[in-house]
Amino acid sequence: MKSLSLPPHPKERRIVFKNAWTQGYTPDIDCYVKHGGYEQIKKALKMKPEEIIEEVKKANLRGRGGAGFPCGVKWGFIRRDDGKPHYITCNGDESEPGTFKDRYILHNDPHQLIEGMLIAAYALNVNLAYIYIRCEFPKAAGIVTQALKEAREKGYLGKNIFGSGFDVDIHVHQGAGAYICGEETSLIESLEGKRPYPRIKPPYFPAVLGLYMSPTIVNNVETFCHVKQIFAIGADEYAKMGTPGDGGTRVMCVSGDVVRPGPYEIPAGGVTLGELINDVCGGMKPGRKLKAIIPGGSSSKILRAGEVFKMKVKGEDGQMVDKEVPLLDLVMDASTLAAAGTMVGSGGVIVMDDSRDMLWALNNLNEFYAHESCGQCTPCREGVLWIDKMTTRMVNGEGRAEDPKTLKNVADNIAGRTVCAFGEAASWPVQSFLQKFPEEFEVAAK
Amino acid sequence: MDTHAAPSTGPRQADQIPADLLAKIDEAVTHYPVSKRSASLPLLHLWQNHFGFVDESGVDWIAKRLDLESINILELVTFYPWFRQQKAGRVSVRVCRTLSCALAGGYEVREAFCKAAGIDPKAPTHGHTPPVSPDGKFSVEFVECLASCGSAPVALVNDDLHEDITPEGTAAILGQYN
Repeated sequence: MKSLSLPPHPKERRIVFKNAWTQGYTPDIDCYVKHGGYEQIKKALKMKPEEIIEEVKKANLRGRGGAGFPCGVKWGFIRRDDGKPHYITCNGDESEPGTFKDRYILHNDPHQLIEGMLIAAYALNVNLAYIYIRCEFPKAAGIVTQALKEAREKGYLGKNIFGSGFDVDIHVHQGAGAYICGEETSLIESLEGKRPYPRIKPPYFPAVLGLYMSPTIVNNVETFCHVKQIFAIGADEYAKMGTPGDGGTRVMCVSGDVVRPGPYEIPAGGVTLGELINDVCGGMKPGRKLKAIIPGGSSSKILRAGEVFKMKVKGEDGQMVDKEVPLLDLVMDASTLAAAGTMVGSGGVIVMDDSRDMLWALNNLNEFYAHESCGQCTPCREGVLWIDKMTTRMVNGEGRAEDPKTLKNVADNIAGRTVCAFGEAASWPVQSFLQKFPEEFEVAAK
Repeated sequence: MDTHAAPSTGPRQADQIPADLLAKIDEAVTHYPVSKRSASLPLLHLWQNHFGFVDESGVDWIAKRLDLESINILELVTFYPWFRQQKAGRVSVRVCRTLSCALAGGYEVREAFCKAAGIDPKAPTHGHTPPVSPDGKFSVEFVECLASCGSAPVALVNDDLHEDITPEGTAAILGQYN
């Protein structure tokens, strides 16, 4: 696996990626301990569990898997003393096109993840936890398994960890090539040894009826690492790095037509889209102009070069005022991208230049969703296949006049009509590409 | 869409389980103290890692080991794209097909891998039974996003991730697996 050779960009602040890209840093436990590892869990074990959850809430940590739910609030759903077994599962099924951050943590700094999970396990009264890793990361699964073994041998995992009287064990569980398993209830079904059909919410909120029908917290790899860092940095300091309601740093994964693609760890709201592309990533490839940006994983709605967004922003006097914000001035945080009609999602930014055909790009994504629909809900199972067939036909020069309208109609009839958010994830690209680049679809639909 | 393979006609895998595979299976089951059924995917992985695919006897054996019906295992083998019901190449080449890799030439890379391996590039790109080279050595297929978009295009060859691949570089990559 390629390692990052560049020193951090001035806009970056490497916290969860600090060790992962330090020259000579190795994934074994001795190296981690030498760099201050496992000090935060020792501290946490002396705190009251409620205080730990309070710290995570105060830090304004949002989940880094895509949905961006406030982590402390999620944890707060668990009642420690309800007499039921509780579980945590780490979502290492990183599969959202455009997202490539968790693989570096799993490969280079697995103990950071384990420490974050231990803090969560203690706070939530969990004695058994799993790390679900997609099987396309076979080496990562081996490295994390080895890290767990080392932790067990040191007494950091298993019975009476650090002599605290608290027991917890963690195991690696490998997926088998299905994107849908990144959806948390699907992941749970997969972990139970079943076909990973997502469960309907309500009633199957994992915090209520999760793994083995017990209260369960599912968090992303990066999210657990941030938990450790909240304790290392302090919740207030951590929150201050980001924007109100979106604390800390976020790994932005930039790919596509930029000079320096890669993962960059940046404080939430610390850069605008323009700074990220032109400054951090060195701009577009020579001779090319920006055409489109998918800002938060392939499911997020696409943005078009030159767009201007009307939104409320904080004025100089602290009051909210209406303002027009050009695309490249959009601040990369959860609320700004939401106000622009898209999302920061999983942090996967796919940049496309003026040589790219938007119908071709959408068709590529449609093929992804057609391949990955689990088939449980009829609108999605049938709809994504038809969408894919239509754009494939259009790409092959056999477009029909009614195609754009039919595409939109099918997408509109998937979103909101399925058990899980895959329906939206598959529909949003279709809806947004059609809305933002209508002329390219009209030309193909002659 | 996935195509489901016809049953294999070779010797029954369940008659040839070595002791070390059995030991790994027993160990894996201990990771799931609440429900043995949770060990379904781990056992399928161990099985496929050893035999290269999962035949009917494997499905039955795993089901029995976990006190399940065979259908509970078969439905996993047919659902999850990773599992195979027929032999693939000894070296599995899985080229990422999705957007960031496609922008960087992923389709050309797959075609070049096919040519270098002696596989017709027009062969099916996805599925439980990928095309295999005439000598049985390589299978080449597309998979969806491998989560390495910053070093696109990429491919997973057996357990190794290859990054920033060029069509010209594919033959040399295959050459590493002699």
